[in-house]
Amino acid sequence: MRRVLVVEDSVSARAFVRAVLEAPEFAARHGGVTVLEASCGFDAMRLLPRGPYDLIVTDINMADINGLELIHFIRKSAHHATTPLVIISSLRGEQDVDRGIALGANAYLGKPFTAEQLRETCERLLGESPPSGLAARPGEPAKSGSGS
Amino acid sequence: MAEGGGGRGDGGDKVRDEFFSEAQELVDGLGRDLLALDDALKHGRTDVELVNDVFRAVHTLKGLSALFGVTRMAGLSHELEEVLDDLRLGRLEVTATLLDLLFRAVALYSRILAAEKGDGEEPSAEIEQLLLALGQTSQRPTGRGGGGVAQYDLDPALFGVLTEYEEHRLRSSIQQGLSLFRIRVRFSLATIDSALDELKASARPHGEIITYLPSGSGADVDTIELEILMAGRATVDVLRGAIAAPNVAIEEVRRRTASSSQPAGRPAEQLVSQAAPPLATSGAASSAPPAAPRQPPAVATRADAAEMSLRSVSQTVRVDIRKLDRLMTIVGELAIVKTAITRLSERARARAADPRELAMELQRLNRSFDRHLAQMQGGILEVRMVPLGQVFDKLARIVRQISRDLGKEVNLVVTGADTEIDKLIVEELSDPLMHMIRNAIDHAIEGRAERLRVGKPPVGTLALNAFQKGNHVVIGVEDDGAGMDPKGIVAAAIRRGIVTAQEAAELSPRDVLALVFMPGFTTRDVATDTSGRGVGLDVVKTNIAKLGGVVDIASDVGIGTKITVTLPITLAIINVLLVEIAGRLFAVPLASVDEAIQLDASQLRAVDSREVMTVRGASLPICRLDRLFGLAPSHGARKYVVIAQVGTRRLGFVVDEIVGQRDIVIKALGQSLKGVRGFAGATELGDQRVALVLDVAALVEEVLSPGEARFLGWQPAARGA
Repeated sequence: MRRVLVVEDSVSARAFVRAVLEAPEFAARHGGVTVLEASCGFDAMRLLPRGPYDLIVTDINMADINGLELIHFIRKSAHHATTPLVIISSLRGEQDVDRGIALGANAYLGKPFTAEQLRETCERLLGESPPSGLAARPGEPAKSGSGS
Repeated sequence: MAEGGGGRGDGGDKVRDEFFSEAQELVDGLGRDLLALDDALKHGRTDVELVNDVFRAVHTLKGLSALFGVTRMAGLSHELEEVLDDLRLGRLEVTATLLDLLFRAVALYSRILAAEKGDGEEPSAEIEQLLLALGQTSQRPTGRGGGGVAQYDLDPALFGVLTEYEEHRLRSSIQQGLSLFRIRVRFSLATIDSALDELKASARPHGEIITYLPSGSGADVDTIELEILMAGRATVDVLRGAIAAPNVAIEEVRRRTASSSQPAGRPAEQLVSQAAPPLATSGAASSAPPAAPRQPPAVATRADAAEMSLRSVSQTVRVDIRKLDRLMTIVGELAIVKTAITRLSERARARAADPRELAMELQRLNRSFDRHLAQMQGGILEVRMVPLGQVFDKLARIVRQISRDLGKEVNLVVTGADTEIDKLIVEELSDPLMHMIRNAIDHAIEGRAERLRVGKPPVGTLALNAFQKGNHVVIGVEDDGAGMDPKGIVAAAIRRGIVTAQEAAELSPRDVLALVFMPGFTTRDVATDTSGRGVGLDVVKTNIAKLGGVVDIASDVGIGTKITVTLPITLAIINVLLVEIAGRLFAVPLASVDEAIQLDASQLRAVDSREVMTVRGASLPICRLDRLFGLAPSHGARKYVVIAQVGTRRLGFVVDEIVGQRDIVIKALGQSLKGVRGFAGATELGDQRVALVLDVAALVEEVLSPGEARFLGWQPAARGA
């Protein structure tokens, strides 16, 4: 079982990401996927202590706490210092992307991205890291095709 | 592009519906923000926060539309974003002309969304024109200025978390010589949203918040410390007075002195580039469709008004969860009643109880069921209700656009925007109201010079007001324009063959005004010679009638015109009077029933081959529904008259029996009977009987103004007895 935190202020973009990650085929490869949604930085901060997470997907351009500030915060916390993190944003300023990466994001997906691109990126990041352990059960079927 | 975006491939229709709903909300919000910007501009101000809100809305729309494969919208948003970026980064100024472009974009967004939903054509040509105009407006970046940021004692790490926009605001504040403040505050995570809103509100008069930086290690999971960077003209003491809270620390960010140990003048970008190199990037940073090729300037024509629709593509109603909780509770109560009925029926079958006791118990349950059902109905109706402000906001945009197009100054006054009405009615209402407003500005409100000449205030006033009146909502559209000249109307109606001169001579003043709602009538010859484009008032009247509403008009030459629309609050459940005609049941919506009286044969007269009854000294035209519907007349001794009122017109329907009042769910008659006039639908009465629901407005129209005899009908009292 993998837990993913999606931070994005647009409800339909969140629904898009959820649909991709919870699609049966993808979820099955990862022993099930649970998506938690945060609609702003504060929501995310409220959900972070409920971790650990196997993957964090965040937008940049949000009201109040922007995504960069959130990444900064996430990386300072011992629990989430190494959680794989993807930026999804259509900010054209490369500066913002560079800053996000400098702050410790592992990947960047420019909007618009296809379901396939999102799937590949998440697949790779999840494949590179072992499950966060919270929900891994002994009797679980072996994962197939992880990291493909 | 986002070919096969999850909207289709992975998420299915539900996700796509979510997209439409959110996109529509964003577009509506965008329109509101633009109106606020327009208002600020009229007062010589530019609201930077608002500009940023507009940017963010377009930015989100761009991301979403690309994600869901609505490429036209993504392309338009991309170009708009460039211009808005210029605006918020200070490379462009907000002007009325620029706002025109942005308002056009809002209108086009709505049409693109409608086209995506299969309603209408995509306005390709207009999008191209707007793209061109936007392309010519946007300024390409000219490089970032230093702005003297390095003189301030700011944590270098701060620049790592500023977005480009926030950095711009910081630089521009410093360039304007504003002071910088650092506000440290600790919030409980549970209440941070509202607490922060309060802080923002008290800080706003004194400056602009540049960024929020969450600090702390995250060790304490319940509270969070924020470091807020703010720029303003106030002194630190003023700010401390304004933001008084126990957990706040405010200090001014000092300028570095020359002897500062930190290497001054190091640009922020450099600080960042020392950080770790990118680990991975996939996808293109910006793969929105290329902008339209720049061509020589083309005169952009505005969207043809007649094609425009204000209807939103979203049929979603957002509901406060507490309302649903209440409904859920009622469902629980109903389940209890159901259990009791089951138990009762078991007892009845076993013949274990006294029939009288059973009957009493059943009666009690029935009352309880009724009460909960009524609550349920009320609750569901409440969920369907939305404030009229939703449509008024859109109309405000139209007022701005039309008045600018026509070069007229119009002040819009809106009251009663919080009046609630069924969501479906709101959607259907926007277009008719838009046409009325267009007519008012186009034909009624005079130009500045003319207004001054006749001694009116130079700026015209258009008032939109709404209020609830019983089960109805009344909406008034009132202008202080030239008013309608009855002579002009009559002349135009005769010229267009709507009435003959002889018929016209017999018309009452009210009937003369009503001529403007006739098909084929145009005011072109009456008022101004402006556009003559647009939809006639007859369409407005028909569309309002479809919603069960009526339109009334009042006008005084030289003073103004007021059109009043009266609508039922909802179409879902209606209260009716059940009547029997020739052994069949019919339902008359109670909203249009004035009273029901016994038919007094001695008071009947025939006037112009029409039956008229004298009621309390006034004559009332009556209609025998059995004859109208071709039913065998019954010969019962006693008959009744149900007096219906539509707007100001009254008509009595003769019925055999009055059965009683009932709340009914009205159902459409279906495709094959769609063309039948006079019936609004049908309803099931629960005992397997069906009643037809009378369309009172249509019947009144049919009976009082049939065919060529229209407007020759009955005149109040004058010719009765």
